[in-house]
Amino acid sequence: MSEQLRIGVFVCECGLNIAGTVDCDALSEDAKTLKDVVCVIKNKYTCADPGQNEIKKAIGEYNLNRVVVASCTPKIHEPTFRQCVAEAGLNPYLFEMANIREHCSWVHPHDREKATEKARSLIRSAVSRARYLQSQEEATVPVTQSALVIGGGVAGMQAALEIADAGFPVYLVEKQPSLGGIMAALDKTYPTMDCSI
Amino acid sequence: MTYSEVEQIAGYVGNFKARIRKKARYVNETECTACRACADICPVAVPDEYQQGFSSRKAIYIPFPQAVPSAYVLDMNNCLGNNPIACGKCQEACEKKCIDYDMKDVIMEVDVGTVVVATGVDVFDPSVIPEFGYGRHANVITSMEFERLICAGGPTDGHFIRPSDRQRPRRIGFVQCVGSRSRNGGNPYCSNICCMNTVKDTLLLKEHYPDIQSSVYYMDIRAFGKGFEDLYMRSKEKGVRYIRGIPGRIDEDPDTKNLLLTVENTTANRIEKHDLDMVVLSVGVIPQRDANVVQQLLTLSKTSDGFFMESHPKLKPVDAPTKGVFFAGCAEAPKDVKDSVTQAGAAASRSNILLNAGKVKVEAITSMINKSQCTMCGICARVCPYNAITAPDKKKGIYPVVIEAACTGCGTCSAECPFDAITMRHFTDEQIMAQVETLLADKPMQKILCFACNWCSYAGGDMAGTSRLEYPSSIVLVRTMCSGRVDRKFVLHAFRCGAPLVMVSGCHFSDCHYISAVTWTQRRVERLWNDLEKWGIRPERLQLEWISAAEGQKFARVMRELEELREQVTVEEVEFTKKVLQNKK
Repeated sequence: MSEQLRIGVFVCECGLNIAGTVDCDALSEDAKTLKDVVCVIKNKYTCADPGQNEIKKAIGEYNLNRVVVASCTPKIHEPTFRQCVAEAGLNPYLFEMANIREHCSWVHPHDREKATEKARSLIRSAVSRARYLQSQEEATVPVTQSALVIGGGVAGMQAALEIADAGFPVYLVEKQPSLGGIMAALDKTYPTMDCSI
Repeated sequence: MTYSEVEQIAGYVGNFKARIRKKARYVNETECTACRACADICPVAVPDEYQQGFSSRKAIYIPFPQAVPSAYVLDMNNCLGNNPIACGKCQEACEKKCIDYDMKDVIMEVDVGTVVVATGVDVFDPSVIPEFGYGRHANVITSMEFERLICAGGPTDGHFIRPSDRQRPRRIGFVQCVGSRSRNGGNPYCSNICCMNTVKDTLLLKEHYPDIQSSVYYMDIRAFGKGFEDLYMRSKEKGVRYIRGIPGRIDEDPDTKNLLLTVENTTANRIEKHDLDMVVLSVGVIPQRDANVVQQLLTLSKTSDGFFMESHPKLKPVDAPTKGVFFAGCAEAPKDVKDSVTQAGAAASRSNILLNAGKVKVEAITSMINKSQCTMCGICARVCPYNAITAPDKKKGIYPVVIEAACTGCGTCSAECPFDAITMRHFTDEQIMAQVETLLADKPMQKILCFACNWCSYAGGDMAGTSRLEYPSSIVLVRTMCSGRVDRKFVLHAFRCGAPLVMVSGCHFSDCHYISAVTWTQRRVERLWNDLEKWGIRPERLQLEWISAAEGQKFARVMRELEELREQVTVEEVEFTKKVLQNKK
């Protein structure tokens, strides 16, 4: 790896979701001591616009080439932050998350010291992983412009009709000899008391 | 396509290939005019499923008058025989000549970009609750049977009668939550639709027979939707009695077939006995009985109640965790017609976003083969669940090739390659080893290192977090896309770094997001257990668990159990392990 690593660490308090249990100041201080970390910024809500703007600003100001956000699960905000760093000109795969909320503050709420210690480990781990991250290009694959709907009850029929109305062929598969599902066996339906068929 | 079933689905977002079996109907559905000549002459009568068995149909039948397609179907299991000598009457009677006893199932292959799962629900069978006497007492019926008895298109043309003597009942009881909100004899969840369905039923009865006396036995009336409270109030104003309490038993008078219902009226705080002519059990819904088929075809997960799990309960309520797959209707959770239609619209809209774009970006998490280290052994091609790696040919000097569009990034090839010749992009050996080292750099004896797959176990950890289920802080996770990515060297390296306990966790076999990659995880861990034992290391120090995304409780429980195991591991043991593993691969 020829380039000089310049890692930015962004610690999120998530209101009190994280900061209520974990000492975010201590986390920030610890992150500053890590090799190749050139900037550490703590935010109340990193995912909100001001938080994202701080990331973008720091990428320019500190010439960051890796970004680590310590906040929630990547399953929620990894796409958000990937886009954020991409907007600042960084390849989205040079971004890494440390999950210090779902996997830490929310499950160890009664032991501030140990939760902080664990969060510190998680951030250090994310930073060490970030050192080895590489830019990646995403492949674009074509989408076959037709849909399969499994089940021909009221939901399946409605979905099939709406996809078809948008102009795409739909294969609607129903295992019974007739469409209709359970609704077809009802007399009237609430709350308007009209017929089901 | 009716009378059809999906047998196989392969591929990935934007590029699914489905195999559909169109079952033989024995009647040409485009030619059939539904003239009924065939059914008139058919000598076989069997219970009519659509009419809940209250009337009969023929072996050749149309499910109901408004059926789509408007065509008859021959029920071969009950037909006297497709041998014309045995019967063959319907074929003779059919003027259009559209009955074909030799019709075969047709297999179709279709290419689609998206899939909507709208597999619905089944209805709870109350015969498992003996105290209500369903199946023993003639005049105890289900709410589904009620629908047929009150319907103008039903077996009685809408004249509401009770089964025992075909007389109109005057005193009717509705029992709520049958099979719902119950920990014994039913399901723990609320079935959503039954309260309002009963409110509707009482109004229908009042409309037909103003003098009828209806009583509803309930624990809570959940009239939460738009217009629901109004309907409930109307039912009360019409004189329907609502009694808070679920009956303890229903007895039948053997002579009159009238019913005696015993209930604790919890408002009046007394046990009451009510004489009734008929009881309707307001049955709940249950997950579709054959939902497992679709679950496996699309690698879906289920929540603890047995319904399909959505990608996110609030933010992605109609997306399945498998990209390009969406839910509509009760497959995801019990819901009424309006909510089913709403969700179907949402699913269609989500699907159309992809279809309309005509292309989709896929994550750059695919494997790459480094020819300099590759020996063309072919293991990678054999283990790939997607056949995304072409087999090498050593004699001809042809290296294996990763088909990028087909690779979904489980990483099994990379973990199984004995020569480290495969790099898994974004989940490389260096990246994961660095995480392992860092997590164990400080106080390793206090740590439990857990490899967790992105889709299930890591998400199960998220679920534990969202549900605020506490567990010991010794657990630290390393995320991989699939447990199939967990190379044995990661595990050995963790032990070498002083981990007292290591866990590998992934999806249950039926939910593996990479078809069968978890089977390789299991084999690898089993081999490691053997090796650890051979080397004098307790195999219990390597744990393997299958935890789904919905199993937050299991996640927390497993973590607490791991902590107990960790406490038994001694410093000497760990030091010994480090020494033994120094040169082991």
